[in-house]
Amino acid sequence: MIRVMLPTQLSTLANVDREIELIVEGTPTIGSVLDSLETRYPMLLGTLRDQVSKQRRPFIRFYACGEDLSQELPTTQLPEEVATGRESLRVVGAMAGG
Amino acid sequence: MEAVRVLVGTRKGAFVLTSDPRREHWDIQGPHFAGWEIYHIKGSPVNPKRLYASQSSGWFGQVIQRSNDGGETWEPVGNKFVYEGSPGTHQWYDGSQRPWEFKRVWKLEPSLTEPDTVYAGVEDAALFRSRDGGATWQELAGLRQVKGHLWSPGAGGMCLHTIIQDPADPQRMYTAISAAGAFRTDDGGQTWRAVNQGLKSNFELPDAEAEVGHCVHAIAMHPSHPNVLFMQKHWDVMRTDDAGEVWYEVSGNLPTDFGYTIAVHAHEPETIYIVPIKSDSEHYPPDGMLRVYRSRTGGNEWEALTKGLPQSNCYVNVLRSAMTVDSLDPCGVYFGTTGGQVYASTDSGDTWAALVHDLPPVLSVEVQTLV
Repeated sequence: MIRVMLPTQLSTLANVDREIELIVEGTPTIGSVLDSLETRYPMLLGTLRDQVSKQRRPFIRFYACGEDLSQELPTTQLPEEVATGRESLRVVGAMAGG
Repeated sequence: MEAVRVLVGTRKGAFVLTSDPRREHWDIQGPHFAGWEIYHIKGSPVNPKRLYASQSSGWFGQVIQRSNDGGETWEPVGNKFVYEGSPGTHQWYDGSQRPWEFKRVWKLEPSLTEPDTVYAGVEDAALFRSRDGGATWQELAGLRQVKGHLWSPGAGGMCLHTIIQDPADPQRMYTAISAAGAFRTDDGGQTWRAVNQGLKSNFELPDAEAEVGHCVHAIAMHPSHPNVLFMQKHWDVMRTDDAGEVWYEVSGNLPTDFGYTIAVHAHEPETIYIVPIKSDSEHYPPDGMLRVYRSRTGGNEWEALTKGLPQSNCYVNVLRSAMTVDSLDPCGVYFGTTGGQVYASTDSGDTWAALVHDLPPVLSVEVQTLV
């Protein structure tokens, strides 16, 4: 079970709590967590990454365990604490509000 | 009895204003989609309970929302806008070429006959159509074949902001793009041609009468006279009497012919409304006086409508999709400002009152007449 913390705008769009739980098959990576997230909540398609290229949107960041994972490849394995559900993967809108 | 529903898109959400036929007391609901930019909301003329909204954000991209109950509840539908084939390049501000890249939906235009068919005008400029209520979208790519490599962005981006369906001919449709010009299809959107003859862009283009490249801000049509179109260009108010074959200027005695928006009276096809803006660098009314100008002669002869509008220290703008009319009698005219006011007139423009004063900057105003 993977815990994912969404920004308020996206939890409102998906009509879920800020933190959600996902079942991810195999070793969880950033890409596989996003696949699972979009499959379960298709209204989030396109809000985190491009629907065709799968490129992360420029103002989306991924944080976990005090680290910035935004520049990691989609195939990058998530930290053990996230993979085991002890910590959440945080999806964050970049600080650009002034 | 709910008779008029005004759909307001703003920089920070959508608002729905409703009133009875007297249009004296208004109920204001919102913000819907709080914090998101709502470029446009519009209802289906076939099924007024069916609404479509364009919800976007620099952070989270484009979402399309659909309501089946007149805006009480909404559901996200499809938001996958993929250009047909290799989209190629268009002209940038400096004349260099840039790749086409989807940014947002500026306009949602529901079909005149099919509630599940809706058109989307997007930035970078292209026209998409959905035939399944917004679930999936397909580009009508013939439009970009009309010298798309010479189109360039206006100050707001390279946006397709106007979609007009001809009520007398289901195969005919018009679009307008900043800065490319006006375009017409006569075969349901498969093929297009530029309809810009008569437009002159003396300061903006190296060839003032180029086939494409003109910064058209808005076009309006009266449904009973579909061959007559009125245009607010960057500079110049224009008119065509032959479906865009030739345009001619009808700016007449306006204090300035720069502006963004234009509308036609619901019952008088030769009565048109604009809001003059001082210039392309000073985006506010001349002399700090917010004035709607009305022509009852299809242009050239204009009168200022000021009663109820601020006549000093007013420096708001009225954007291209932010003015419309209802079809009650007398005709109601509505417009929203970048200062967050939505003004309405229930007597064809003679007098005005603010329905609401302090919304976020208004991007679009549409109205549904429900009786």
